Amino acid sequence: MGSAPASEDVYLRQTVRTAAKLLVVGHFAVGKTTFVGSLSEIKPLRTEETMTQAGALVDDLAGIDGKSTTTVAMDFGRLTLSDQLVLYLFGAPGQKRFTRLWQDMTQGALGALVLADTRRLDQSFDVMGLLEEHDLPYAVAVNHFDGAPSYHEDEIREALDLLPDTPLVTCDARDRISSTHALIALVQYLQVRNAHRTHV
Amino acid sequence: MTPPRRERGLVRPYVVTGGRAYPTRNTFDLVTLVIAQHDRPLSELNPEQRRLVELCRGGALSVAEVAGHLELAVSVTKVLLGDLVDSGHIVTRAPIPKAQLPESQLLQEVLDGLRASL
Repeated sequence: MGSAPASEDVYLRQTVRTAAKLLVVGHFAVGKTTFVGSLSEIKPLRTEETMTQAGALVDDLAGIDGKSTTTVAMDFGRLTLSDQLVLYLFGAPGQKRFTRLWQDMTQGALGALVLADTRRLDQSFDVMGLLEEHDLPYAVAVNHFDGAPSYHEDEIREALDLLPDTPLVTCDARDRISSTHALIALVQYLQVRNAHRTHV
Repeated sequence: MTPPRRERGLVRPYVVTGGRAYPTRNTFDLVTLVIAQHDRPLSELNPEQRRLVELCRGGALSVAEVAGHLELAVSVTKVLLGDLVDSGHIVTRAPIPKAQLPESQLLQEVLDGLRASL
């Protein structure tokens, strides 16, 4: 499956000076943790944040895996890109109630990759809405699940109501190379946007 | 999907911060890189602060990694880090230096790095 070799190195290289951040977001069970795990050079880590009381009252995770706690998890991984530069990938759920988590995640992030599942495209709207609220540019990657229906790109674009310039790619979150290509599509899009913004 | 983690580290998370939910300084991003100063004594630190400094003596880590390794909430970790920066035990390297490095250059370096990893 081409997963990244698990590195023994917990710490960053001494020469690293810059940390870049990209988000990997999407609805429940869309493959965020798998995607981060495929790319990370360290064993992916998880942090948890307490949820607001208001969120706890409307917790729609109740019943899933017996999950009734008032915490939300965020998985993340690390990819050293050069002697000076390290990339962090943060995967988190796209529910609106995790306000503080989203503030933390989006602060300083370059952009986001939205993972989508063709069986549940409608569930991607929440997270795309949140990204738009936070003014964070994104690309969409359809994570191909075995047995999931394949649709033509135009159909997916229409179903997700994507803007014409929003990249749409497919990937296999279990595969490092495939996942890397999805990130490359995102970063190329960010470059184009950036160039456009600075030249207007 | 992600299995629920044991919850030991999250019981009464703010006990270790003396009840504070916000750090003394608002300079920590999730990817702010921190490292311990080796010449500072650990004797005055509480157990959580000591664990944090001992972790960070090994080398640089991001705030998120510190939280993950110590199994503490990010907000709690930031409070501890704020105190430890104040006391001189921890120093930070700048987070994503949006002001220092033009975003276009950063994006190009990220892209180059991703391509090289293929």
